[in-house]
Amino acid sequence: MNTLFCTLAQSGWPEPMPTGTLFHYLVISAAMFVIGLIGFVTRRNLIIMFLCTELMFQAAGLSLIAFSRFHLNHTGETFVIFVLTVAAAEAALALALVVLLFRRKESLDAERWAELRG
Amino acid sequence: MSGLAGQLAIMHETLGSLALAAGDAAHAQPRFGTGVGAKFDVPRLFGLIPFIPLLACALCGLCAAMKVKTKLPAAITVGCLLASFGLTIGLYAQVHANPGDFAIIHAFEWINFQWGQSEAQSLTANFSFYADSLTALWMLFVTGLATLIALYASEYMSHDVGQGYCRFFMAFSLFVFSMACLVMGDNLALLFLGWEGVGLCSYLLIGYFYKKPSAVAAAKKAFVVNRIGDLGLSLGVMLAFVQFGSLEYAEIFRKAEPFLALARDGQWQDIPWTVQLIPILLTIGAFGKSAQLPLYVWLPDAMEGPTPVSALIHAATMVTAGVYLVARMFPLFLVSEHALTIVAWGGALTALLAATIGMAQFDIKRIMAYSTVSQLGYMFCGLGVMGVMGGPAHVFTHAFFKAMLFLACGAVMHGFAGQLDLRKLSGLGKMPGWRIVTVAMFVGCINLAGVPFITAGFYSKDTILGDAFANPAMVPIGWILLITAGLTAYYTFRVFFRVFVGPAYYEPGDELHAHDDHSHDHAHANKDHGHDSHGHGHSAWQPHPPGWAINTVLILLTILSFAAIVTVFKADGWLYRMVTNSSAGAGIAADHHHKFFGFDAHAAMKVVSGIVAIAGIAVAFVLHYSGRTSAATSKADSLVPMLGPIPRWAQNKWYVDEFYHFLFVRPLWLLSVVFAAIDKVLVDGLVNVFGWVPKALAKTARPLQNGVLHDYALRMAGGVALLLLIIVLMVNRGDRTSAAASIPPTDNSIGTLPAAPAAVDPIAVSLDPIRAKAQEAVR
Repeated sequence: MNTLFCTLAQSGWPEPMPTGTLFHYLVISAAMFVIGLIGFVTRRNLIIMFLCTELMFQAAGLSLIAFSRFHLNHTGETFVIFVLTVAAAEAALALALVVLLFRRKESLDAERWAELRG
Repeated sequence: MSGLAGQLAIMHETLGSLALAAGDAAHAQPRFGTGVGAKFDVPRLFGLIPFIPLLACALCGLCAAMKVKTKLPAAITVGCLLASFGLTIGLYAQVHANPGDFAIIHAFEWINFQWGQSEAQSLTANFSFYADSLTALWMLFVTGLATLIALYASEYMSHDVGQGYCRFFMAFSLFVFSMACLVMGDNLALLFLGWEGVGLCSYLLIGYFYKKPSAVAAAKKAFVVNRIGDLGLSLGVMLAFVQFGSLEYAEIFRKAEPFLALARDGQWQDIPWTVQLIPILLTIGAFGKSAQLPLYVWLPDAMEGPTPVSALIHAATMVTAGVYLVARMFPLFLVSEHALTIVAWGGALTALLAATIGMAQFDIKRIMAYSTVSQLGYMFCGLGVMGVMGGPAHVFTHAFFKAMLFLACGAVMHGFAGQLDLRKLSGLGKMPGWRIVTVAMFVGCINLAGVPFITAGFYSKDTILGDAFANPAMVPIGWILLITAGLTAYYTFRVFFRVFVGPAYYEPGDELHAHDDHSHDHAHANKDHGHDSHGHGHSAWQPHPPGWAINTVLILLTILSFAAIVTVFKADGWLYRMVTNSSAGAGIAADHHHKFFGFDAHAAMKVVSGIVAIAGIAVAFVLHYSGRTSAATSKADSLVPMLGPIPRWAQNKWYVDEFYHFLFVRPLWLLSVVFAAIDKVLVDGLVNVFGWVPKALAKTARPLQNGVLHDYALRMAGGVALLLLIIVLMVNRGDRTSAAASIPPTDNSIGTLPAAPAAVDPIAVSLDPIRAKAQEAVR
């Protein structure tokens, strides 16, 4: 594997990502994550909250890809592909749950689900 | 006087036969020697004697499991016990052919372990049986009487068929197994197993009517009081093991020989006190099981059990286990200076006390119970005064006539709906169908009273009295026993004259379990109905006389009670030979011939005790028979005021129960209250603290879990932020310190990468080898 990468690198492809570019990616990733977090904490609508979690997910994925490209190591990219698959399945499940929850209370307000109070 | 000659003849004969220096200086000393002869072999078949009743127990358990609603359990029990009795006769024949010797029948290995190399560091207690004449004597009446009483019980318990019938016969068979282990075991561990087994069966059978609170209380009392005795016994067994390094009789007797030699010379100070303590501890056990003075209180209450149980366990067999223990371990009792004195005095005082209580009771079964306690006292005296023959001989004769007395009382109780008050029954002998019971009762009474020359009870009691007066140290005991003999004759015939002769009269008891209705429970049977009968008189109610089973058993026992005379009326009779040919023979009084007012004690007692017995009967006749017109009153009632409070005290059992209650039960109860409080406050409190602390902590933290999703998310985000902040701070500090510490400056550290930019971003300086290689390659 090492020799393969060495050969690829000797041929000049892919080109290593410059540090500045990595920085840009990371900033975008952080921004996406924070937007998702703020959205999750402030919004009451279950669907929007779910969207926010997805946003945080993708932010993490973006930073993984960025690092992967920076280090010329494919582990991060592979990992992201798996995460995307799992996220898709989880999204299907979560949306179904949201539908069920809506049917129970005819509302999407997360505040109305507080039965597990200590 | 011919009795005297015979007595001395047998003494000299046994002395000579056991090859001991007969005419040596220690004349007044008893013959010392363990009395154990050679070992002989018997077929292992006889090892089945205890196990056949165990089989009966298992089969009765099976019947209970299959909900058998017939008399099958009784048939099984009687059959198995009869088989056991048959084998016992076979064993007796074997023992009889080898007088003075013993056999060991090995059944199977039981306890055998070692904790070291030497012989002393091992414990062996096999399930083996020691067969000598004492074993055979005991087993003959245990299995024989158990068979007869099981037959009696098959009828007596008939109103419980399908309910407690299987349970009753299960416990009954288990009792015979335990008793056989106790009597036949060749070591103290097996004896202890049997000892506890009979205690358990006694508990189960006293509490047979478990719905009756008094029966449950009596069972509990018997169990608890026996525990005190059992503590003494178990300590004695342990001490015997420590001292002799074995639990097997043969080994213990062999190792006790040197101490016996010392005791013969009167060198008590040379015998270690631990050895002298063993028999005293065993005595405590024997006094518990055999209901002697400090521990006798459980036996009268044990009469709450069904009458066959009272007859077999609490009169004939189990309560004689203590006498058996003393007789079996007699060589050990001889090496103790005081043990036999304790045995004798305990027995004498119990005999007198129980007799005085028995005189004032009105419940005939209870009178018999006190008479059992009193007679057991006699037996212990017989052993304690070193005339060892009288004790076991009296056990044997007493077993028959006392079982018969109880069974006759049981027949009355059965026929008159639980009526046992002698003021409410009279003239039973005149009623149709009660003749056999009356005759049986009469024979039992003359035996118990000791009517001279025609009863077995007279001869065995007389031996004890003669031995007591013959031993100069035991003369006071002889007087106590003589007084007791008179009292015994009085209270025995008080029952007979009140209940079985005189004007015919009866009131039914409160247990109207009417035989036409088998379905209801004995303990609470028709309480209301019973009380109704009291109100309306008893015109509608008829007593039912005993059936064939009860009558057969009573006839057989009557014959046996008389037949027992053959075994005792001669001074070297069969019964005495059975005793002297065993380990108990070690204690035969050699040359005790203290005079009773110038006459030989044994010969004089034959006359004196006979006169005393007749006098007692005569007093009972005058006070309770002559001129009595009603059941409730007699001439004795006019004497009661003259005696002041004494009759009332005697009727209340000298307030011994109250005294024990005040001295032991009450303080223990108070102590238990204190301990319960300590348990509740201190122990429970400590445990509760462990519960309260997390609970209190949780109370402060619980509002955090408010069920609002956003709060959770916010807190989680806050937590992550905090963690990040900490990490960043730590990394920064680490940078600074590492920068200060690392020798090459930052510029130089990346100097290995010549083409790297001068101002390197830390992220770029990766140690990733691929990256480094790639960069090199790019160059």
